[in-house]
Amino acid sequence: MSEKYIARSSSIAARMLAGEMMVMNSADSKFFTLNEVATAIWQAADGQTPLSQIVREQICEKFDVDYAQAQADAEHFVAELAEHGILLVSDQPFTDRAVGSPQLPQEPVQ
Amino acid sequence: MPEPKHVACVEIGGIPILLSTTDKIFYDLLLKRYEDFLSDTPTEFALEFEIIAPRPASDDDVRVRREGEQWLLERGDFFARWDPRTGKGLVRQNANPYSLDSVLRILHSLILARRGGFLLHAASAICDRRAFLFSGVSGAGKTTMTRIATPDVTLLTDEISYIRPDKGSMASRAGSGSYRAFGTPFAGELAKAGENTSAPIGALFFLEKGPENRIDDISSAEAVRRLMRNILFFAEDPRLVEELLATACAFVASLPIRRLTFYPDSRVWDDIRRFEREPLGV
Repeated sequence: MSEKYIARSSSIAARMLAGEMMVMNSADSKFFTLNEVATAIWQAADGQTPLSQIVREQICEKFDVDYAQAQADAEHFVAELAEHGILLVSDQPFTDRAVGSPQLPQEPVQ
Repeated sequence: MPEPKHVACVEIGGIPILLSTTDKIFYDLLLKRYEDFLSDTPTEFALEFEIIAPRPASDDDVRVRREGEQWLLERGDFFARWDPRTGKGLVRQNANPYSLDSVLRILHSLILARRGGFLLHAASAICDRRAFLFSGVSGAGKTTMTRIATPDVTLLTDEISYIRPDKGSMASRAGSGSYRAFGTPFAGELAKAGENTSAPIGALFFLEKGPENRIDDISSAEAVRRLMRNILFFAEDPRLVEELLATACAFVASLPIRRLTFYPDSRVWDDIRRFEREPLGV
C-alpha cells in the first residue's frame, strides 16, 4: 500500500480554545471542531511526515491504541477533512508551500 | 468650474470616517441619516462618493476581495475601492441610503478586523451600565428583545452590533467586560437608529423563543461556531478569516456567552438584570 502525506491547507484558519481545535475553511465558511486524536493528526500534518509515522508517533504512543485500528481511523478522518478542503493529501511529500503555515495556532491570551 | 465638495464626518464605534460628495441631495440625505453620529473628530479614513444613475438596492450577494493591497467592494447597486494603507476610498453608487449603509458596514468590518473588533448580527442594549448582546438567525427575536425592553434600557441597535476591545477600561483590568459595544445607526425591523453611546459588554446571548425564560451554558466551541456564523465578514479572504477566528476565540474566552430561551414579554429583562449581578452562577 502506498504511503500518504498530509498537509494543512492554506485556506484554513485554526485556533485552539479550551482544549478544542477549531478549524474554519475560508472558501466555504464551514466550521469544524476536532477531537483530541484528530487535533494530534492535524498538528502533525506538515506535508513531510508520512501518515503511518504520524499514527505511530502521535496516536499509538500517546493514546495507547492498536496501530491497525488507529491507521484505519486516521485514514477515514483524513479522507473526510480532505473532502472539505481542510487537509491536502498526496502520495509524495509536499514540496511547495501551498500548505498551511507551520506556525500552529495558540490559545487566545486572556 | 468644479462643483463644490460637501464633507461630513460620521463617527460610528469611535471610528470617524470623512464622507465627501459633490451631490448636494446625497449630502443632505447623509446628514439626515447619520444625524446623531456626526462628529468633528480628526480622522484617518475618508470615502469620496460619486453618485451614479439610480438603480434599485440590490439583493445580490456582496463581493469583497483584495486587489493587491486594495479592497474592492461590489454589489449590484455600488462599487467601491478602498486602500487600507492610505485609509482613502472611492465609492460609486446611487443616492440610495441602504447602499450607503452597506458600504459603511463593510468598511467598518474591514477596519475592525485589524483592531480585534467586529460587527455582529445582534441586537444590543445597555442595562444598568452594561451592554447585552442578543444574537440569532432572522426571526430568533433580536428586534423583539428591544421592543419589550423596559424604559430604563438604552437601545444600541436592533440589527447590527458594533464590538471593539476595551483594553483600557477599569472593568477590563478587573478581568471582566473586556469588550465594548457601541450604538449604531444601522436599524433592522425597528426602523430606529441606536443611541450614540457605548458600554462594556456584560454578556452575549444567542436567542431562541420558548414557553419560558431560561439561560443555559453552551460550550466554547459552540459559542465560537455561533459567533462566526453571525459576524459580518467576507469568507473568501483567508487572512481575514484567520483574524476573525482569533478574535472570536478571544471574545468567547473573555465574556459569558449563553443561550437565552425567552418568552416574549418584558420579564425576560429581569433575568438579564439578575444575570448581570450573578454572571458566574447561571
